[in-house]
Amino acid sequence: MDKAKLLDLYYQMVLIRRLEESGAELYQAGKIGGFMHLYIGQEAVSTGLIAARQPQDRVITAYRDHGVAISCGIPANQVMAELMGKSTGISKGRGGSMHMADVTRNFWGGHAIVGAHLPLAAGLALGDKYAGRDGVTICMFGEGATNIGFFHEALNLSKVWTLPVLWVCENNMYGMGTAVERASAVSEIQQKAEGYGMAHERVDGMDVLAVYEAAKKAIETVRSGSGPNMLEIMTYRFRGHSMGDPERYRKREEVKKWEEHDPIGVFHAFLTGNKKATAKALEEIETRAKADVQKAVEFAEASPEPGLDTLFNHVYVEEV
Amino acid sequence: MARITMREAISQAMWEEMERDPNVFILGEEVGVWGGSYAVTKGFYDHFGGERVRDTPIAEAAIIGAAIGSAMTGLRPIAELMTINFAFSAMDHIVNEAAKLHYMFGGQFVLPLVIRAVGGGGRQLGATHSQTPDAIFAHFPGLKVISPGTPADAKGLLKASIRSNDPVLFIENATLYQVRGEVPDGDYIVPIGKSTIQRPGKDVTIVTYSKGLEISMKAAEELAKDGIEAEIVDLRSLRPLDIGPVIESFKKTNRAVIVEEGWKSYGVGAEVSSRIYEQAFDYVDAPVVRVAQKEVPLPYNRALEQSALPQPADVVAAVREVL
Repeated sequence: MDKAKLLDLYYQMVLIRRLEESGAELYQAGKIGGFMHLYIGQEAVSTGLIAARQPQDRVITAYRDHGVAISCGIPANQVMAELMGKSTGISKGRGGSMHMADVTRNFWGGHAIVGAHLPLAAGLALGDKYAGRDGVTICMFGEGATNIGFFHEALNLSKVWTLPVLWVCENNMYGMGTAVERASAVSEIQQKAEGYGMAHERVDGMDVLAVYEAAKKAIETVRSGSGPNMLEIMTYRFRGHSMGDPERYRKREEVKKWEEHDPIGVFHAFLTGNKKATAKALEEIETRAKADVQKAVEFAEASPEPGLDTLFNHVYVEEV
Repeated sequence: MARITMREAISQAMWEEMERDPNVFILGEEVGVWGGSYAVTKGFYDHFGGERVRDTPIAEAAIIGAAIGSAMTGLRPIAELMTINFAFSAMDHIVNEAAKLHYMFGGQFVLPLVIRAVGGGGRQLGATHSQTPDAIFAHFPGLKVISPGTPADAKGLLKASIRSNDPVLFIENATLYQVRGEVPDGDYIVPIGKSTIQRPGKDVTIVTYSKGLEISMKAAEELAKDGIEAEIVDLRSLRPLDIGPVIESFKKTNRAVIVEEGWKSYGVGAEVSSRIYEQAFDYVDAPVVRVAQKEVPLPYNRALEQSALPQPADVVAAVREVL
């Protein structure tokens, strides 16, 4: 990977981190409503994964979607505006934190019912296969989603129909507050791919380049027409499940231990240690990301609320 | 004009649309090699091939979910649920995805999707396979819910549904598959969301749809023997609901009976009668009466089952009550 791309990945990860820190403050200030699930700690996953895709590859994910939205190229302005429910938001203020998408950037949401988007991913892939296009659908979900029926129906269908899907489990080890070993018959989620005859690999999700390399390989394997594949990406969320999480289910020491493997810190050490960038250059990137988030907040604050006369827009495509 | 069965009408609609548009395809359980568990897709697999007539695993969430996903990419799937009773296994995808994705993402996703599902009782299939849960689905904004009562409407409305850019739940009734009727030749389209008068009359308004139409027509024949002329309004579409022709007819007759096969509580009759009271209160000469299924899970025993389902005699009695 060339230096410019490496630095861009660093920028993306820092941008996601700063944007969400800012989002948390705005949530506490009452400027963001509803449920909000932060990606902090998991930035290397969406950044490495989506950097490995081609433009024709679709991405679909669950409700922890701000980072994925940024990685797919949605400007911070539109992400922040959606968080604030403004008309300039990427979903025009109708979706909120959990429902961001951008068809023009091949990002298909942002879905808030656990596991329900997995059958949709099979359908997206079917669309490409039916039309003879070579796109791969990259479907991200948490390890908690692998216990619901949708997961099993979707994986089975994708294999039976040889659909071009890369199933990506982000294993952050807790489904809300329930540890993976308390909820899943096998805590190594990749084992579940065995039941559907799929190749699989477990990847260090705190290392953006490891994610990138594994994703690149897996995406191209799927593109070759061999059918679906699975990656299990090991990661950890540093914040609670959502903004209202008392975190009674894990110890502070555990979080601290994982924070030592902060994906941004790990990547920083790699870049400086391998002379890909100076600490000063990375600091400049951090300053730029911070400024971009500040601009996004200003943009969102200044943006208009959706007009009440638009309430019924988009219920149907056709007049009824 | 040809006289064909409801089954043939539905089959023709899909065949013609698949010939017309290569993006139209069918998926569902036993739709292909088997030829459809109700033989509606008989011959399709051999003609269109397995890519366009896709047999699925018995996995309703995957069927509807994959149909939605493929529709998001621009295809026009017709997803067949073997019976509407199995829709409950796909409820999340019908309600939380199909009905909401266009709105929730600010209009970015378009879902030109048809879900065909057959329902209704009267075939001794027991409680889990005999339901008429149409009203449940009509509750959700974002879905279009259609249920025809004649072969002509079945063909014209299904073709319109396949061409619609909104998700449509197309509900058929198994006991109507053999019903014959005149269907116009050529590319026959019936616009979605238009109620119609199936029988003109002046004494009482009967509002119904699907299987209720057959029951109401029989009742109207009985009533005509006594000189009572019932006007029958067929809703055809439960959402969007075109209440205009109902109100117009009611203002003329001042009396209404609503006939549906589903349960009475929270049903189509509840909605329609409420709208009559809201929009034509000054024209009410008698309480609006609802004829519907008795409030039990449908039993297997034939006599018990029939006693729970609405019959023409129930409609006749209801009309006499409001006159």
